[in-house]
Amino acid sequence: MREQRLFAEFASTGSLVEAVRRIRERTAGPIEVNSPYSIPELDDILGLKRSGLPRVCFASGVAGAAVGLALQWFTNAWDYPLNVGGRPLLSWPAWIPVTLELAILGAAIGGVIGLLVATRLPRLWDAAFEIEGFERVTTDRFWLGAAVRAEDAARVREDLAAAGAIRIASVPHE
Amino acid sequence: MTSSPAHRIDTPIVLDTDDDDAQLTDRLLAPLRSKSKVWYALLALSGAGMLLFVATSVYTFVGGIGLWGNNIPVAWAFAITDFVWWIGIGHAGTFISAFLLLLQQDWRASVNRIAEAMTLIAVFNAALFPVLHLGRPWFAYWLLPYPATMAVWPQFKSALPWDFAAILTYFTVSFLFWYTGLVPDFATVRDRAGSRGRRMIYGIFALGWRGSAEHWQHYRIVYGLLAGLATPLVISVHSVVSMDFAITQLPGWHSTIFPPYFVAGALFSGFAMVLTLLLPVRRVFHLEEIVTARHIDAIAKMLLAMSWMLIYSYVCELFIAWYTGDPYERYIFLQARPLGPWAWLYWAMISANVLAPQLLWWRSVRLSPLALFALSLVIQFGMWMERFIIIAGSLSRDFLPSSWADYRPTWVDLGLLFGSIGLFLFAFLLFLRFVPFIPIAEMKELRREIRGTA
Repeated sequence: MREQRLFAEFASTGSLVEAVRRIRERTAGPIEVNSPYSIPELDDILGLKRSGLPRVCFASGVAGAAVGLALQWFTNAWDYPLNVGGRPLLSWPAWIPVTLELAILGAAIGGVIGLLVATRLPRLWDAAFEIEGFERVTTDRFWLGAAVRAEDAARVREDLAAAGAIRIASVPHE
Repeated sequence: MTSSPAHRIDTPIVLDTDDDDAQLTDRLLAPLRSKSKVWYALLALSGAGMLLFVATSVYTFVGGIGLWGNNIPVAWAFAITDFVWWIGIGHAGTFISAFLLLLQQDWRASVNRIAEAMTLIAVFNAALFPVLHLGRPWFAYWLLPYPATMAVWPQFKSALPWDFAAILTYFTVSFLFWYTGLVPDFATVRDRAGSRGRRMIYGIFALGWRGSAEHWQHYRIVYGLLAGLATPLVISVHSVVSMDFAITQLPGWHSTIFPPYFVAGALFSGFAMVLTLLLPVRRVFHLEEIVTARHIDAIAKMLLAMSWMLIYSYVCELFIAWYTGDPYERYIFLQARPLGPWAWLYWAMISANVLAPQLLWWRSVRLSPLALFALSLVIQFGMWMERFIIIAGSLSRDFLPSSWADYRPTWVDLGLLFGSIGLFLFAFLLFLRFVPFIPIAEMKELRREIRGTA
């Protein structure tokens, strides 16, 4: 099956959303929408799954706290038990500040690594960067990219134009 | 500096411009191409300050901390005061960028990146002082729990490893938060760069960001989570710093009010620093329509609110000192500080931290950039004095009069303090020139929300 990847440029979020709706009816394939800023209502229209990153963040926070507690227990109560004025070796209240800090550190690092994995960044080159005019996607233009079958391409182009695309480009796609 | 018309204050405008997105982007990127003479002049001046810091640091490394005025009983003085002062200044940045994000305060968007950069640089500056104070700074890594051949580990019941963990976490999380916020804007700089070199350098920092809706969805979530994670740090880091003092027995330090009291003081000095930096930046780069009178007014009001939290802490501290009936507590709070050899410093501090901020009740003061700028400097000076009085003042008058001693800073102490201010401004000026210091994507998103257009 021969496919091609169509890219279309829009000047407003209104026409972008309209185009996404139309293309969604035409093709079940993945649609990538690019915008200079976050447009939360696109999540539903594109049918994006809820991000799993809060779980990643929570798990890495718990791991950070566990590492913090284990570290303090191992160093101060097990491997080097130092009796300071008869205080208990396993004095967990004194370990709370370090445990809290490492929980936050773990959650933050886990969240950012999760973000990089989920977005597959850093990835300095993308096919879209080769399209003329795409560089305005970080300034004021909105782009839509969709893989469509060759026989549908003409109709999809019409849809894009009807939604208000100001530029349509195509890239061959395996 | 001219004052803006008063009517703007009452309107909800946080972004007072009719530019389209492209014009707004170019306007926010203009400082990166600016050839401002003021910038070069300030860079040279702060560069000289930075060199002073380097020189006094090297001198301290070579000669040891005997070059400072510290001696028993005043073993902690300028370096620790500078440390607490700088780390306190950092707190307002996190407060603005994280706390106010969670509270959905729109006005924070145009000032948050400046505030975050201020935090990063201030925390970095702060972290240098305890290392300098070690006397043998090349052993700073002993604070890390690593399997040493000496078979000893750090003692985690002590407040100092808490401090180490707190500062390390604070710097790392602040950096991640700041950088995550910057990625889409680095992509904007990449895509609007004139030269190939710029495009490549900013392209690397942008990580290949292309504004995909799926990426934005993950990004929003993580940015919000980082804000949520940074928020407890505002409270916890300075609380931990205050515990360095509070868990000791020394009158003037040993107090349960210290954690909230230090946090209030930190935010107070930090908001003052935000004004010190923001007012000239706004003026030099002509950003009056983006950082409007409303922002300045909001920060001034925060400053006023923080001053009252601090006043409450001062009063509470004095009351408790009297109420305990403890002669040492009573002596340090009711005699040594207000009437002792450093009484002039104490009353200068009260004037700067308690009396001067009350000027902010007047709207004309809140609307006058010049008055606010002067006031912000007075407050920072006052907050430095407060920490000095707590630290050196308490140490010089502890339990036994036979062990009392006075303290005099040396020129090296002063050189490090003023040098660190130079270092701070130097790094901040470089930030202004090379990093988009007003969040571009966030401003455009904010404007779309305000206008409610599709």
